[in-house]
Amino acid sequence: MSLKRIDLLICCGSGCVSAGSLKIKERFHEVLQEKNLANEINIIETGCMGPCDYGPVMVIYPEGTFYKKVSPDDVEEIVNEHFIKGRPVARLMLQDDEENTFNTQREVPFYQKQVKVALANCGYIDPESMDEYIATGGYEALGTVLTTMTPQDTIDVIKKSGLRGRGGGGFPTHIKWQMVHDNKSDEKYVICNGDEGDPGAFMDRSLLEGDPHRILEGMMIAAYAIGASNGFFYIRAEYPLAIKRIKLAIEQAKEAGLMGKNVFGSNFCFDAEVRTGAGAFVCGEEMALIHSIEGSRGNPTPKPPYPAVQGLWGKPTIVNNVETIGNIPTIFLKGADWFASMGTETSKGTKVFALTGDIKNTGLVEVPMGITLRELIFDVGGGMTGGHKFKAVQLGGPSGGCLTVEHLDVAVDYETLKERGAMMGSGGVIVMNDKNCMVNIAKFFMDFCVDESCGKCSPCRIGLKQMLDILERITSGKGKEGDVEELQRLGEAVSKLSLCGLGQSAPNPVLSTIRYFREEYEAHIRDKSCATKVCLDLMHFDIDKDRCIGCSLCARKCPVTCITGSREDKYTIHQLDCVKCGNCQDVCPVKAVSRIPGMHPEVTAKREAEAKIANHHDD
Amino acid sequence: MKTLADLKKIREKAQEEMKLRGGNVRIKIVVGMGTSGIAMGAREVMKTFLEEIANRNLTDVLVTQTGEKGLSSMEPVVDLIEEGKPKVTYGNMTPDKVKKVVVEHIVNGRTVSDYVVATGN
Repeated sequence: MSLKRIDLLICCGSGCVSAGSLKIKERFHEVLQEKNLANEINIIETGCMGPCDYGPVMVIYPEGTFYKKVSPDDVEEIVNEHFIKGRPVARLMLQDDEENTFNTQREVPFYQKQVKVALANCGYIDPESMDEYIATGGYEALGTVLTTMTPQDTIDVIKKSGLRGRGGGGFPTHIKWQMVHDNKSDEKYVICNGDEGDPGAFMDRSLLEGDPHRILEGMMIAAYAIGASNGFFYIRAEYPLAIKRIKLAIEQAKEAGLMGKNVFGSNFCFDAEVRTGAGAFVCGEEMALIHSIEGSRGNPTPKPPYPAVQGLWGKPTIVNNVETIGNIPTIFLKGADWFASMGTETSKGTKVFALTGDIKNTGLVEVPMGITLRELIFDVGGGMTGGHKFKAVQLGGPSGGCLTVEHLDVAVDYETLKERGAMMGSGGVIVMNDKNCMVNIAKFFMDFCVDESCGKCSPCRIGLKQMLDILERITSGKGKEGDVEELQRLGEAVSKLSLCGLGQSAPNPVLSTIRYFREEYEAHIRDKSCATKVCLDLMHFDIDKDRCIGCSLCARKCPVTCITGSREDKYTIHQLDCVKCGNCQDVCPVKAVSRIPGMHPEVTAKREAEAKIANHHDD
Repeated sequence: MKTLADLKKIREKAQEEMKLRGGNVRIKIVVGMGTSGIAMGAREVMKTFLEEIANRNLTDVLVTQTGEKGLSSMEPVVDLIEEGKPKVTYGNMTPDKVKKVVVEHIVNGRTVSDYVVATGN
């Protein structure tokens, strides 16, 4: 007999777990025991609910009350007030700038423009319970496909839905499937690519953690369509929770007879296993991934032969991204027409994005294709933090590009983004305010790609390093005329000549920032000045003598003792010795220390003198 | 599990377990759980509702709670909210009265007028 009257859903996505949601869960168990309420309240751990910035978050049903930034100390109040007296705790609810309180999850603006397909159950069900997945319609798609459709019918549904790969390339899913389906072979494989490596991206992780059975079901439908009976989940070792949950899902499905021999009484037999990746970015590339599963070094090899012809162990193989697979069960449940009714002419359905950077609602979102960047950043993302101005948005991580204010009304779809030098990518969205230096951002991504280049082909191995050297020169004040052109020349060569997607797309952040922020590169090179004061060599600290009260705090905190002065004369920074640590600015009680863009004239003069001597020696 | 019918069985059972999270709710019972409500036995009233509903396997009824309703002299106070019908408020509830309300109102659809203190919003 169930006396349960409240479902307490605690977000246990990795973001909320790091913010302490597991401690909160423990505390709830304790308090409910104490008050003898344990049999009235269900405590459920869910996957990521999305608004990570407000974590730890929780939702309390039946009302759907949404609490943010809960701490273990709040638990007792929630139990006393909400659970016993039925008075939701207003101070833990979300408020907007006009102090409107949002009582329920449905009212929270963050969710309003979202349409959840792949993420439908994420943050709603207990990912470790197969029954809860089944309650939301789980495995019905698989059952229907296996009992009423042929593999070709299955592929036709996907074709009609217009589903394209969500991992970045946007390759039509049905074409991959059809190729493998048409290739006769004794053995075929399906691989789920969960090697998510873009900085700031966590879509695949959240899906695997929040709704593992959906991915498993999607994979089985794909396997049936192409005629495979074995599948592999390739997940990076940095995602221990995702690995644990997918393994559990496989175990549960096997136990229930949803996997294994003659599923749903059909001829379809299926087994799947998890392979963990050691974290190399290049292993997200399908050929490298396949070699890694085979036990070889994760290097890409030239295509063709495509995996569809000669993949894992030389057999026809499809490699689909986690999110792509996550869409499949819903396409069969709700119909291809329903799916194709969302989105634009060429890009159908929805896309999951990981919003990060200088915006209010960082987190995991799913929006229909064709939504504008403005809606994504300002409505769903809640706009910029701290009243700063929007400057740029980086889409697609190290393979993608930066877009600017003028592109805010651009629709998010594969083609439109590509035309403008960015790409859909796997879904990482990094929003930047006017405090960011675009040259420095380009350097960051280039540094990442140089590290992650596998070194097999020279354009990527050598070309990217050359580009990084130039960017380092520019940001340290040693840039020279022609550097921008050289970057463009190198970038185009690397894109054209590299073996795999990593090298082909790695120059994108540099090329797109040059395209839209060329004047910043030029200011760095010609004026030796970084307007945003991010590049340390191209800015300096200065003390305003009118404000300085001569307290000597800065001089005492300076690690290289380059500040001298007295109460009467006030204090001065000796620019040649300054290491730009910023301590002086932090400790000044009257804010007399400020950052000034541009190299200090004394430093410029010293560098010029050094350069002259060096040239002299060369002669 | 071998057929879609097996799956359906599991689904229906699991949906029942998850009914608090929305879905098929015909009647919502809202128990006033302010300080005076609790002092007058609102917890017992709510518990009886939960037990009766579980006993009768009523899957489309939801029990929830609210704060002080203002009718302190008639505590414990309970609202029954049905889609498309005016709200019915029962007052001075006891576990015995709850049993009657469950049988008459919730199962048979007849308001127990003796206990009603207000109707409509």
